Amino acid sequence: MRKIIIDAFPDGKVMNYRELNERIREAARKGFEEIEVKNVRGQRFIGAGMKEKVKIRVYGDAGLNLGVFSEGPDYVVHGCSEYLLGNTLNGGEIAVYGDSWDITGMGARGGRIFVMGDGGSRVGIHMKSFKEKHPAIVYGGTVKQYCGEYMAGGTIVVLGLDYREAIMNGKRLISKGKIDPEKIREHKGNIVQSDLGAGIHGGRIYVRGNIRDELLGVYAVKGELCEEDEKELTPLLVRYSELFNTPIELIMEKEFTKIQPISSRPFEKVYDATPI
Amino acid sequence: MRAQDKVLPRFKVRISQEECIGCGRCAKNCTFGALDFDKEKDKAVVLDNGSCVACQRCAVYCPTDAISIQEYPVVYPSHANWTPWHLRGIYEQAKTGSVLISGMGKDRPYPIVFDSLVWDACQVTNPAIDALREPIETRTFIGRKSDKLDIEQKGDCFTFRGDYSNVMISTPLIVGHMSLGSISYNAHSAILKAVKEVGTLFGTGEGGLHPDHIEYRKHTIGEIASGRFGVSPDYLKAAALEIKIGQGAKPGHGGQLPGEKVTELISETRGIPVGTDALSPNPQHDIYSIEDLKTLIAALHEATEYSIPIGVKVAAVNNIAAIASGIVRAGADFMSIDGFRGGTGATPRAIRDNAGMPIELAIASVDQHLRDEELRHKVTLIAGGSLRSSSDLVKIIALGADVGMIATAVLIAMGCRMCQQCPTGRCAWGIATGDPRLERRLDPAWAAKRVENLIKSWTADLDEVLGTMGIDAVESFVGNRDRLKYVGPNPEEAKILGVKHAGSRIELED
Repeated sequence: MRKIIIDAFPDGKVMNYRELNERIREAARKGFEEIEVKNVRGQRFIGAGMKEKVKIRVYGDAGLNLGVFSEGPDYVVHGCSEYLLGNTLNGGEIAVYGDSWDITGMGARGGRIFVMGDGGSRVGIHMKSFKEKHPAIVYGGTVKQYCGEYMAGGTIVVLGLDYREAIMNGKRLISKGKIDPEKIREHKGNIVQSDLGAGIHGGRIYVRGNIRDELLGVYAVKGELCEEDEKELTPLLVRYSELFNTPIELIMEKEFTKIQPISSRPFEKVYDATPI
Repeated sequence: MRAQDKVLPRFKVRISQEECIGCGRCAKNCTFGALDFDKEKDKAVVLDNGSCVACQRCAVYCPTDAISIQEYPVVYPSHANWTPWHLRGIYEQAKTGSVLISGMGKDRPYPIVFDSLVWDACQVTNPAIDALREPIETRTFIGRKSDKLDIEQKGDCFTFRGDYSNVMISTPLIVGHMSLGSISYNAHSAILKAVKEVGTLFGTGEGGLHPDHIEYRKHTIGEIASGRFGVSPDYLKAAALEIKIGQGAKPGHGGQLPGEKVTELISETRGIPVGTDALSPNPQHDIYSIEDLKTLIAALHEATEYSIPIGVKVAAVNNIAAIASGIVRAGADFMSIDGFRGGTGATPRAIRDNAGMPIELAIASVDQHLRDEELRHKVTLIAGGSLRSSSDLVKIIALGADVGMIATAVLIAMGCRMCQQCPTGRCAWGIATGDPRLERRLDPAWAAKRVENLIKSWTADLDEVLGTMGIDAVESFVGNRDRLKYVGPNPEEAKILGVKHAGSRIELED
C-alpha cells in the first residue's frame, strides 16, 4: 500500500487548512492509498468534498467540519473532533478515537460515522436515506439533547460505554491497541438527553439499555425490536467492536431500545391549503 | 359536515349548454374536481363550484368558448373592517384548526414602491445612444471582485490576476431558485434549457439537480439549504453555490414538500424515501451566527477548491443592511436579497402576507450601507422579490442591484394563471406538480422558448432604456440613483431610497 505522511505542524507552525487540504488532495490524485496527517492542531474542513477512495489518518484533534460533503475517503481520527463531523456526508467511513461534539453527521446522505467517546447536541440531525444510501452514526459514549432531530432516514446508535479507565498509556492519540477491553465501564446516568428524535419522520434510533419516555421528542415513539432491526444493527455493532477493541458480548449485554417516527408525515394535519 | 360548515365558493362556473359541443375536454382538463362529463346527456356539467380555483384551464381548452368563470355572485354584508377575506379565513380555520397555507407571493394591497419611481433620459446636454445600432454591454459578472487591479505584463500581453472566480452571464437577469418538487420535472427542464440558450443562470432551489440535468450544471446556482437535499459532490460542481438562509415569501420559515409530492423521481433527487414529507428546518442548524456562516462559506470554498463563487440568499427583513454587511464580511462572493413579494410553493399565509419588507427599500438601504462601509465592491448583489416587468428590473438596478432575479414571472411565461394552488400539487398547467400525468401537460421545448423569449425581451428593453439614458454598459448603471426620481406620496420613503423627488432642482453652491 502506498502511504504518505503529511505534517500539519511543520517548523512549529500550524499549517493553514487550505494548504493542508491541497496537500491531501494532491496526494490522493498521485495515487497514494493511505494519507497520514500528523500533528493536526484543529485544522478545519479536512477532506472537504473529496471523492477519491483513500484512507486519511488524522493524528491529533480535528477541527470543524472534518469530511464535510465528502464521498470517497475513509477517515480515522486518533484524537477528538470538533463540531460538524461528517457534515452532509455522502459516503465513506469516519472513525474517531475520542469525542466528537455537536451536530455530528448533519444532513448526512450516506457513509458511516463511529465515535468512541461522547457527543453534544443535535447529533445526526436531518440524516436521510435512499435505497442503498443509508447513513449511520454509532456513538460509544453518550449524547446530549435533540439527538436525531428532524431525522428523515438512516440509523443512530448510542451505546453508553465509558472508556476513561480503558485507555492505556496517556489520553492522546488513542488507537485500537491502546484500549483495554477489560476496563470498559458502563456510563452512569442518562446516556441520551431530552428531545430524542424530535420531529423524526424516517430512520431509526437505537439506544443501549432503557430510557425514560420523557426523554423522547415530539413525534418520536418507542418500537418493538424485530428481525429487521437486528439486520440493521449487527453489522454496525460488529464494525464498532472491531474498531474500538470492544467485545461484542459486552455490547450485547444490554437490550436496545428502538425509537422510531410516529409517521412518515408527522406534520400532515398542521397545514390547510384551502384557498380563502 | 354540517351545512353551517360550508364556506361559500369563490367562483361560479357556467357552461353554456347551447355552445357546448360535448367534447369533454374541460372535464378532462379540470384537476380540481369542479367539472365533470355527463355521458348520458353528452354534455359537460359543473360538479362543484367550491372546487373551482379559476385556473382557466377549462376555459382555454374549450373549443367553443362555452365556459365562463365569475366571482361567486353573493354579497357579504358590507363591513369596512370585517372583509370577506377575514370572514372566510375564520370560517375555514374554525372548521379545521389548521395553519392556512398558500402558494405564490404576497396577496395584500401594500403600496408598491416601484410604481412611485420614474427614470431619467438624455435631453440636449448629453446624447442618447441608439441601442439598435450601437452596442450596449449587458454582460455581468457574479462573484467577489479584487480590491485592486493586479495586471501582469508579458511582452505585449496583459493579463488580470484575480484572486476570485467569477461567472459571466449575458444579461443582468437570472432565474431565481425553484426546486424540483415545487415545480415539475418538465418545468425544471424548460428553465434549464432557456438559461443555457440565453447564457444566464437558474437557481436549483433546495431539491437537488435531477441526474438527467447534469449537463446543465454549469448554468445553475446550486442551493445549499437547511434540509441539504440533493447535496452530492456532483451537485457542488455548479456555476455557483448559494447558502439559503431565507426566502422573501417566508422569512425565518423553512420549507415543506408534502409527502404526496415526494414521488419516485423526487425521492431519487433529494435522497429521501418516497412519500415522506421533505422537511427543511427553519434555521440551518450549523449556522447560528455570522461566524458559523463564515465557516460554511469556507467549507464550500474548500469543497469546490475555490473554483466557483459562493453566495448567500436572505429575505429582506428589518436591519437587512447590517445583516448584509455581516454576510460580506463572512466571505460571501455574492448575495441574493429576496423581497417580501417573492413567490413560494407553500407558506403559511400569515407569514407570506405580512413578514419582511419591499425589495426596493431593502436593496437601496443595503447598497448604501455597503458603500459607506467600503464593502460594496466586493460583492455581487442580486435582487428579487417580484420583478413584474423590465421596468422593475431597470429600477432595481438603479437602486443598487447588480443582477435581477425572476421566478414568478418565469412561471407566468410558462402558463401559470396565479391561482395559488401550488401546495396542492394539482396544477392544471403541469407547472407546480409532481404528478406524472399532469407534468406531461407542459411541453419543455415550448416552455423553454417562452422563457427564453421573456429573458431576451427584458434584456432588449434594458438595452433600449440604457440607450435613452446615454449609458452604454449596465455595470455603470448599478446604483445610479441620480437617474431615478420619486413621484410617490412619502418623503421618508424617497429618503431611504436615496432618490430625489421629481422636479427637484440642482442646488447651486455659494
